[in-house]
Amino acid sequence: MDRPISRFRAAYGSSPQHLIAMIACFTLAGWVALRIAEEATAGRMLLWFVGAAVAHDLVLFPIYASADRVLRGALGRASHADSQSSTAHHPVPRRVGQAPSRPSPLNHVRVPALAAGLLFLVYLPGILRQGRETYLAATGQNQHPYLARWLALTATLFLVSGGWYVARRMRWRRVGSLNG
Amino acid sequence: MGVTDRQTGFPHRWWRALERHPPPVPGLDGRRWRSPLRGPWLTAVYGAVLLVGLPLVIITGLLDYAAYGPQFDQALPRDVGWLRLPPFDWPTRPSWLFRVTQGLHVTLGIILIPVVLGKLWSVIPKLFIWPPARSLAQMLERLSLLLLVGGILFEIATGLLNIQYAYLFGFDFYTAHYFGAWVFSAAFVAHVTLKLPRMISALRSRPALRDRHRPGQREPVRAELRTPLTATRPEPRDPDDLVAIAPGAPTMSRRGAISLVGGLALLLGALTVGQTLDGPWRRTALLLPRGRQPGTGPTGFPINRTAAAAGIQPDETGQRWRLTVRGGGRIVTLDRLRLLAMGQHTARLPIACVEGWSTRQTWSGVRLRDLAALVGVDDPASAQVRSLEKAGLFNQAILQANQVRDADSLLALRVNGVDLSVDHGFPARVIVPALPGVHCTKWVAEITFRTGTDG
Repeated sequence: MDRPISRFRAAYGSSPQHLIAMIACFTLAGWVALRIAEEATAGRMLLWFVGAAVAHDLVLFPIYASADRVLRGALGRASHADSQSSTAHHPVPRRVGQAPSRPSPLNHVRVPALAAGLLFLVYLPGILRQGRETYLAATGQNQHPYLARWLALTATLFLVSGGWYVARRMRWRRVGSLNG
Repeated sequence: MGVTDRQTGFPHRWWRALERHPPPVPGLDGRRWRSPLRGPWLTAVYGAVLLVGLPLVIITGLLDYAAYGPQFDQALPRDVGWLRLPPFDWPTRPSWLFRVTQGLHVTLGIILIPVVLGKLWSVIPKLFIWPPARSLAQMLERLSLLLLVGGILFEIATGLLNIQYAYLFGFDFYTAHYFGAWVFSAAFVAHVTLKLPRMISALRSRPALRDRHRPGQREPVRAELRTPLTATRPEPRDPDDLVAIAPGAPTMSRRGAISLVGGLALLLGALTVGQTLDGPWRRTALLLPRGRQPGTGPTGFPINRTAAAAGIQPDETGQRWRLTVRGGGRIVTLDRLRLLAMGQHTARLPIACVEGWSTRQTWSGVRLRDLAALVGVDDPASAQVRSLEKAGLFNQAILQANQVRDADSLLALRVNGVDLSVDHGFPARVIVPALPGVHCTKWVAEITFRTGTDG
């Protein structure tokens, strides 16, 4: 009883249940593909389906990962130089057990940038005024306000984040001078 | 199980040959991945959120299809075979039913976008691993992952474009979004079947909220949600190849990464939910079409299709307008004054659209069942409502028996105490509790009541 199963595992690479799950998945997807093939725009749909995965994995991800790497590099160098000079005047404060580290500006740039980028992607049609006619037919309005609103939201995100950083930094200095 | 096994399957020689011949792409050995946060635990956290959230989006999507009345062949896409819920009559109560199912579908779908992106970020090193597969099982699973990832991103993209009226894709939205959802659901179910045990074991591998004391060890294992940046360490090496081989120093704690995704989800939710709310809260949907009121006063609430877009001419809706009511072999023609002279009923009902927006208004007009009685049909099995609109996907709709008979189902003549505006369907429009907005036909020209025997 055990041998056929283990031989199946060795040859297939997983359990029979795995194969059943795969067959069920591809049967349904195959049925849909056959049904969609009747549509005149089937090729476009396939293009968008595969394109969505490609656009995320090979375009969006590399872009945001590289941007983050550049940002880390730039802020890392800046804060390294900064911390070398600042440690001379303000030695890193020490409390029992744990040393509060100097706040890094990295996440205070990263988070609002990520949020603004996400808002741009999600609400892109309004911001870039895509589909003007269908928009007008459906709502009786234009798409004029969205770009300015997105810019205002982006500015707010960066301002709040920057303000928070300044506050953290000031608190850190105060704690440092108290302990030092 | 799955893509994690190191052993090659049949035919071994082929899989080993594949393994020995990586393409000349840098980074396939996995040393370029530096984030110390990646690992089974973090992936499992995002996975668990999606495991709860995505089924809700799928089910509300299927319910919305059912709300369109597939039994009358008027749900889109039409020819779906057995890929639908079993047929049932869409209820009229509670009257906010469609408002909630559709609002949940769109709003939750948007809220989950950062979680989907976070989950994809956490597993992306596996996309660039060589060899991509060592057995038939792994190859099939990789293919199913293309359906999973392509499926969810396709649904997000088409859905987002639809609610913002930008049909950049050039194919029928309903067909693509509906069948895309089935492909995604198939891959989702397969993925959950294969990965659920791994998700649970990964979640258990690290404490989330409370420090875990291990027998014989003095230092407890710190709970992830209480671990600051300074104490953040990579997860132990895993069989799933998610943990970086050469991790860099952390720039964010794991709880920070979870808060970031959660915060982005909240931000999207806060900027979306307004389109389902009335009053000043609507304006909080700052970047969505339905965050703006098209006008002021009692008819200033959002519309779904302008009279101009529907090709409605002013003379068609003026003195010349007549409503034709048919049923049981009889035809009655009424002008607006005669309709206003009939018994008027007022109901506070929401109107909700597939784009996820909704609004509740006070409608008044003639009950549909009173119009049926006018032509002697006391127990209508269905009613077909036709608009003045000549072309257009929604220039007619068929209503179920319960939708005709409901005491709040109206041929509305007035809204919020004034005549309908022409963009809201003047001279007369249908409003039925829990019925999708596009089936609340505007500029009604003709209603045909059918009894059970008409077929």
